[in-house]
Amino acid sequence: MRHTFQRILFYVGAVWAAITLDFFIPRMAPGNPVSALVGKMSTKGYVTPAMAQSLSAEFGLNTHDTLIVQYFKYLGNLLHGNLGNSIQYFPTPVSHIIGQDIGWSVMLGGVAVIISFLLGCLFGIIVAWKRGSLLDTILSPTMNLLSAIPYFWLALLSLFFFAYLLDWFPLTGGAYDSLNVTPGWSLDYIGSVIQYAFLPALTLVISSLAGWMLTMRNSMITTLSEDYVLMAQAKGLSELRVMFLYAARNAVLPNITGFAIAIGAIVGGQLLTEMVFSYPGIGYALFQAVGEQDYAMVQGVFLMITLAVLGANFLADMLYTVLDPRVRIERNA
Amino acid sequence: MNMQEIVNPMDTPPLVLPPTEPLHSRILYILLVIWRAMTVNRKVAVGSTIVGIFILVGLFGPLIVRTPPEDTSNLFIAPPSMTHWLGTTVVGQDIFSQLIYGTRTSIFWGFLTGLLVTLLSILIGLVSGYFGSWVDNLLTLLTNVSLVLPSLPLAIVLAAYFPRGPVTISLVIVFTNWAWQARVLRAQTLSMRSREFVAAARAMGESAWRIVFFEILPNEIGIIVAGFVSTTIYVVLTWAALEFLGLGDGTIPSWGSILYWAQQAGALGGGLWWWFIPPGACIAILGAGLSLINFGIDEIADPRLR
Repeated sequence: MRHTFQRILFYVGAVWAAITLDFFIPRMAPGNPVSALVGKMSTKGYVTPAMAQSLSAEFGLNTHDTLIVQYFKYLGNLLHGNLGNSIQYFPTPVSHIIGQDIGWSVMLGGVAVIISFLLGCLFGIIVAWKRGSLLDTILSPTMNLLSAIPYFWLALLSLFFFAYLLDWFPLTGGAYDSLNVTPGWSLDYIGSVIQYAFLPALTLVISSLAGWMLTMRNSMITTLSEDYVLMAQAKGLSELRVMFLYAARNAVLPNITGFAIAIGAIVGGQLLTEMVFSYPGIGYALFQAVGEQDYAMVQGVFLMITLAVLGANFLADMLYTVLDPRVRIERNA
Repeated sequence: MNMQEIVNPMDTPPLVLPPTEPLHSRILYILLVIWRAMTVNRKVAVGSTIVGIFILVGLFGPLIVRTPPEDTSNLFIAPPSMTHWLGTTVVGQDIFSQLIYGTRTSIFWGFLTGLLVTLLSILIGLVSGYFGSWVDNLLTLLTNVSLVLPSLPLAIVLAAYFPRGPVTISLVIVFTNWAWQARVLRAQTLSMRSREFVAAARAMGESAWRIVFFEILPNEIGIIVAGFVSTTIYVVLTWAALEFLGLGDGTIPSWGSILYWAQQAGALGGGLWWWFIPPGACIAILGAGLSLINFGIDEIADPRLR
């Protein structure tokens, strides 16, 4: 119980740290970002007084409040779910845009993480079971090499081959063919969504498969040398049963907590995917916000990503305590 | 990414140092151990060769390639030929020359930033592990908070607000990535603190700082090297990603900025493969070389993985 309480306290502290960073980063930035931004935007000719004022409010330049007062006002706004207004889509609230985009991120990332986790664990189990076999000596180094490829480059290559050269998938990005298909529960729409999500999901799976597989392999190798595995084999149990129910079941523990963290990292972890494929999730929103210097949006997205990651880490922590009693006892002692 | 799996502190045997030898011969001894490790394990040997070639290209390449990377010409979007080995960009710049100059930038800043991350984590990890009490509590809290904050999004936000340039990116990466190694080193230092040689040094009246950096630090050199290698992989990848997003200084040629300009010019939709494939391949090959070194180190430290 004491351990749980400590962890809760820690995560509350981490959330506070993230929120505080989010508040201070724009205020630490050198120069006056507002006038620079207004100058830059007025060359494109779309600065209204309301926008300039909103920008000033964003950086706390329109008030004579001290930094501390501004800070508490900011906290108050956050508690009401108010993340400020977007500059690119003025005056749409940031929270509204995030709400629109997060669905696509979660869908794409969720599917990719689950497929990658299942495949990776399965490969890891098999490769560890047949350690030193041809499969192991080919698959393990190949996976190592795959994980060394910079992700966004893998994404560019796959776009080049499958979308440009072979023309199997759309090159333009988006979540579905918005010109010919209307959203709804029709086969056309679902097919189009799958067609647009397939390549991003594939690259996500390829790039993360190695991590799952190698962790599983290493942990499985350690588990296979345990006495109870030898015992199970001596009893003459079937190979599959020893492999999955005796060894893999215990070896999967590090991956399970990794899985919880990966679920949380979905929102932030596929930033590059969405940027390369122009997939309209939250990462793409961040990319555009950075390009347009839409600071309220940048801060809002960062906060959402951080909260998701912290929540998932907390869950993973709790899960670990439940799954592995040794942690509970060790940490309480 | 998974540094915690690559480095297993408990399985690295401490170096046995002849205590009476003067410092320079100890350093020689360490170099000898490194040389032996590099040649004994095939993965380490191959990996070091790859990394060594990149370092040589970074050092001497720009002296040999005489075409300035920023020079434009009338030969737009030319595919690879004898005069332009990797073709030209949309404004007629020689991509091979950009790649060679870019190798210098990327290697230099990649290794420098990796070194800075390692130094910061050594400082925090060792101080935290050795001094204990409130210093440890505070630093551990700081480390753990830094560990749970998502590093790439934080790096993007930081880099977006500060002036574009390599120094900004370097500092941003140091600020967001020191924590993993600090935690590993803290755990190792904690277990070193109660060893006999530390007690002996303390009994001889050595100062705490001397014990930390001259007695304990040399015994953790194996983990530090492994950590430095995996950090550098991550730094090179993150660096390229940030530049690809347009958060770097696009006027300085580097692997990331070549990719950025390729993306800006729509090289993908135009089928200009010679523009975006080479820089990515360089990053991938360097990453593979560094990973090989690390897998080799892992195998030396933990024979069960062989």
